[in-house]
Amino acid sequence: MFSSSLGKKYLMALTGIVLIGFVFVHMAGNLQVLLGQDKINAYAHALQSLPMPILWGSRLFLLVCVILHAWTAIVLIRENRAARPQGNDVEVTKRAGLSSLKMGLSGTILLFFIVFHLLHFTIRTVYPEYNDMMTTVGAPEGEEVHDVYTMVLAGFQHIWVSVFYIVAMFLLCGHLSHGFSSVFQSLGIRSDSWRVKIELGAKAYAWVIFLGFSIIPILVLGQKLDFISFFEPSLFSDSLAVR
Amino acid sequence: MKLILRVWRQDGAEDEGRFETHQLDGVSEDSSFLEMLDQLNEQLLEEGTEPILFDHDCREGICGTCSLTINGLAHGPEDSTTTCQLHMRKFSDGETVTIEPFRARAFPIVRDLVVDRSAFDRITQAGGYITVRTGSAPDGNAIPVPKDDSDKAMDAAACIGCGACVASCKNASAMLFTSAKAGHLNLLPQGKAEKDKRVLAMVEEMDNSGFGNCRNYGECSAACPKDISLDYIAKLNRDHAAAKVRKIFT
Ligand code: HEM
Ligand code: FES
Repeated sequence: MFSSSLGKKYLMALTGIVLIGFVFVHMAGNLQVLLGQDKINAYAHALQSLPMPILWGSRLFLLVCVILHAWTAIVLIRENRAARPQGNDVEVTKRAGLSSLKMGLSGTILLFFIVFHLLHFTIRTVYPEYNDMMTTVGAPEGEEVHDVYTMVLAGFQHIWVSVFYIVAMFLLCGHLSHGFSSVFQSLGIRSDSWRVKIELGAKAYAWVIFLGFSIIPILVLGQKLDFISFFEPSLFSDSLAVR
Repeated sequence: MKLILRVWRQDGAEDEGRFETHQLDGVSEDSSFLEMLDQLNEQLLEEGTEPILFDHDCREGICGTCSLTINGLAHGPEDSTTTCQLHMRKFSDGETVTIEPFRARAFPIVRDLVVDRSAFDRITQAGGYITVRTGSAPDGNAIPVPKDDSDKAMDAAACIGCGACVASCKNASAMLFTSAKAGHLNLLPQGKAEKDKRVLAMVEEMDNSGFGNCRNYGECSAACPKDISLDYIAKLNRDHAAAKVRKIFT
């Protein structure tokens, strides 16, 4: 099923759909940071408390999708290089957009981003002190939960971290604006009359994802640099800034 | 008009190849690109050097024999036009024109600008036909064909098999050609009976010939002298997936 040239595209598209769906849910979840400390902490706690098979099953599934997606991309690109050993002396592009031509580059940087992001906020080895952030805000009666809210605000105090997140989300935007419409082509579920609509839809989706993810580092950075004051000033205490 | 021509010369598949630059004076704006090359070859013969080899046949845009990547564009700068139908008025006086062969591993260079496109023939032989008993022609309206389907099949059948799709594709993929040939027959009642077998065999042959994988750039359709739509590639993807799934259950 997946061994032929078309089969590899099916695999790219199917794993791509999973990742497209995941980024939306993840973005919607993150936006609860804007609703306040109790909301995001409670949400994160609820996710962490999912039954083991569901939590680790979904994590494993996502990991397998990313690996299959990246691996197939590498195979496709290597085969394509081999298919034209000698390129044209004059290289002209008539129709293909930049985001489609740079799928490999945006994907590779995204892969690095995914690894960093997991080490940063999930496994928390980049700044191990995030592990110690506990609070009763958003926690069930008489319990303490991990203070995701403070961790995120602290995390984006580092300008380079925020910039890297925003750049990565911009690349994700480019990756999706070609990728999401490409899915319909690769799986053959479109016709010429739908093409423009699908391409516009994919672009719109990609920008929603970009804005939805980037708004948090943008707001935190804006507040740190004294442009905006969105979050509770008390959370921008000296101790937070040091972290 | 006067032209500086940078032309690819290569003695055979094993040769490295190189560009050769020639100046050509007195080119008529009304001549076709191939007539301009004829004129260059006469000049080369007079100088006592080997003429440049290039493919051509009908010179009226219907056979698919002419090729050439001109200034980086398969069949040159004019949309929906083969090299033989391209006129020199599309170029300016004194311009440097770079002429290269259709480059792809699956299209080995025979000599100079001539490439071997028999990989396309093999794809067609793998399934680009209908198995029928030959005999007298069937009655014209014996099999009803919906107008919409016959129009789409006709658009696909416009493919002349020139290989511009492969030459213009950054990945040297033959998807536009294969999808046009398969789509043309898959759309018609006469061809539907062997649809699955056809699609699987043609894609397998395409892969075996060393073409690249489609990445949905759309460069092929933009270069196609017959404007074959990316729709056929989507249809081939769909038909191939369906054939694979059906094969599991039979
Ligand atoms: C947030 C994660 C990601 C999402 C949501 C995503 C989504 C997609 C989608 C939907 C496609 C189109 C599939 C098709 O051709 O039909 C695609 C293509 C592609 N992805 Fe990703 N992807 C992600 C991460 C990555 C990573 C980490 C890589 C690393 C190598 C990568 C490399 C590629 C490449 C090279 C293509 C182009 C394939 C082609 O044009 O043939 N992607 N991606
Ligand atoms: S020579 Fe026949 S199409 Fe150009």
